[in-house]
Amino acid sequence: MSAVGAERPPSTPADLRALGPRLLRRGGGADRPPLRPGQRRARRRAVLAALAFMSPWIIGFLVFTAWPIGYSLYLSLTDYDVINAPTFVGLDNYVRLVNDPDVRLALGNTVVFTLLQVPTYVVLAFALALLLDKAGRSTGFFRTAFFLPRMTPPVAVGVLVLLLLNGQNGLLNVALGWFGIDGPNWTTDSFWIKPGLVLMSLWTVGGSVLIMLAALRNVPSELLDAAKVDGAGFWRRTWHVTTPLVSGPLFFLVVVNTIGALQTFTEAYTAYFGSTGGYGNDAALFYAIYLFQQAFQFFNMGYASALAWLLFLVVLAITAVQLVVSRKLVYYEGDR
Amino acid sequence: MTATAPRAAPLPGRLPSGREVVESISTPARRPERHKARRVVGRVLVIASLSLVTLLFVYPFVWLLSASFKPRSQIFDNRLVPETFTLQNYVTVWQEAPVALWLVNTLVVTALAAVSVTVSSALVAWGFAYFRFRGRGVLFGLVLATMMLPGAVTMIPTYLIWDAVGLVNTQVPLWAGGLFGSAFYVFLLRQFFLGLPREVFEAARMDGANNWTIFWRMALPMCKPAIVLTLLFEVQAAWTNLIGPLIYLRDEALYTIPLGLKILLDRFVGSGNFQWEIVVTASVITTLPMVLLFFLGQRYFVDGVQTGGSPR
Repeated sequence: MSAVGAERPPSTPADLRALGPRLLRRGGGADRPPLRPGQRRARRRAVLAALAFMSPWIIGFLVFTAWPIGYSLYLSLTDYDVINAPTFVGLDNYVRLVNDPDVRLALGNTVVFTLLQVPTYVVLAFALALLLDKAGRSTGFFRTAFFLPRMTPPVAVGVLVLLLLNGQNGLLNVALGWFGIDGPNWTTDSFWIKPGLVLMSLWTVGGSVLIMLAALRNVPSELLDAAKVDGAGFWRRTWHVTTPLVSGPLFFLVVVNTIGALQTFTEAYTAYFGSTGGYGNDAALFYAIYLFQQAFQFFNMGYASALAWLLFLVVLAITAVQLVVSRKLVYYEGDR
Repeated sequence: MTATAPRAAPLPGRLPSGREVVESISTPARRPERHKARRVVGRVLVIASLSLVTLLFVYPFVWLLSASFKPRSQIFDNRLVPETFTLQNYVTVWQEAPVALWLVNTLVVTALAAVSVTVSSALVAWGFAYFRFRGRGVLFGLVLATMMLPGAVTMIPTYLIWDAVGLVNTQVPLWAGGLFGSAFYVFLLRQFFLGLPREVFEAARMDGANNWTIFWRMALPMCKPAIVLTLLFEVQAAWTNLIGPLIYLRDEALYTIPLGLKILLDRFVGSGNFQWEIVVTASVITTLPMVLLFFLGQRYFVDGVQTGGSPR
């Protein structure tokens, strides 16, 4: 099951790094005593049984991951329209990609959206989690309410974008009107489309709030109490004690959301691109949408494969940068 | 034997509930009255702002639901209680599009996807959790690595595979991938399996249980919460999936609800022929089953997210 928009949340290097030692330590120990023949037979049988249990994944990996990776790399060097056999064109697709103004547009849109979305999303998740944490024990109702929007299908969120952010009678501008603010045309004004999509994406922040809440509840109260005794107010305690202690999960959210935002598809596609054409808006042409169009509307499979690899490189590069930066900023307990 | 099953197998690395932490903070230990007053005011402020945020989160639902009962001219009047209450929109949607068929399609695809991905991921996860052999760590690293690959890279060859076996424009590609497990769920379930007491399985083995019996009759029932969580996650993922149907389905009769909604949006709004009431009502039809599912599986969802289930 593959999808452009990260329908299923990926794990991240940060996640793995945090879990790494524990995962690896559980593997077979290196310092086993020599085996008796009977034991060896039993062990071989165990390996076979294990492989039998894993066989769905092994087959799936070979057919739906390993082969596609290789084939996609090959396709990116060809011209392929699905009907005629692929013809090898060398690096033409990559040359075309560098010179394609639409690629620049789509990549630019995506990066701007990501830069707007990720910080707002993570800060909001942190703030709401702090609020929930402050509220103490009886937060079940609020947690449920915050999580509820996550159950709205992304297509419906796309519809809501058009309905609630609509410039004339959309709810958002009506609400802004109460404060005497004349809201912009969120769905048609090229400048405001991305902020509008960011705003709608904040609606589904609930899942991240719950993760941050779990992290906050794990902060040892002695440290906070000690800071309190030393006369640190709420903000100072939050900034100097809590934040460093939850910087791991916080960073996890940054990475996951960055990867997700770079692959944004469904909401923007639903709201701004039609099978009938007509209401596309360049400002919402995100990279994954452009890739989808090239692959499945124009059937430029070779070019689209090259686009996919560029996306992969961008995701990889940004994640790598974040990892390097995090080494200075993130505090892992038991990592000394 | 299953009587000894822990209700919720503790995840290794799972965060403690923190309940004690919270209590120790909020239990007032003889403080001056002034502080007490400030504490109460602070708490009221916190609850008030949480309520306000909750309102913001829930309002769009209520708005959508109420709009679906309004006649076209009143959709944007922003009243919560429709001035004129009508069921006509639902009738219209039903007449304009084979919504009932789409719902059935979605149900079938979702059920097949959820069951197949859960069973296969559990099998694989058990293979990783229970058996010890050299290379296990490396293999598991590979499982985790596949989670980091953007879907876009494998999307096109995957499409070509289904095309080659003649299954494009059928619903098979929408769920059959689940037969091979999913790295994310393998990871999740493995964590649960690792938390089970090994001695129980060794004892069963002494009593003559084979690998399959141990997995199917013992381990799986002991991990019921994790299994339910996996099912719920996959039901949500499959029910809301747009890009899969967009890529694989051509005939309107095969559509699932998200694709159907998208097509209705194109037809009734994108074309400039604005019939918002149809789109609004179809959105409600798409969303309601998920909201219902959420209320049924709430406990698992919220706990699941907190134990590191889904970051989104």
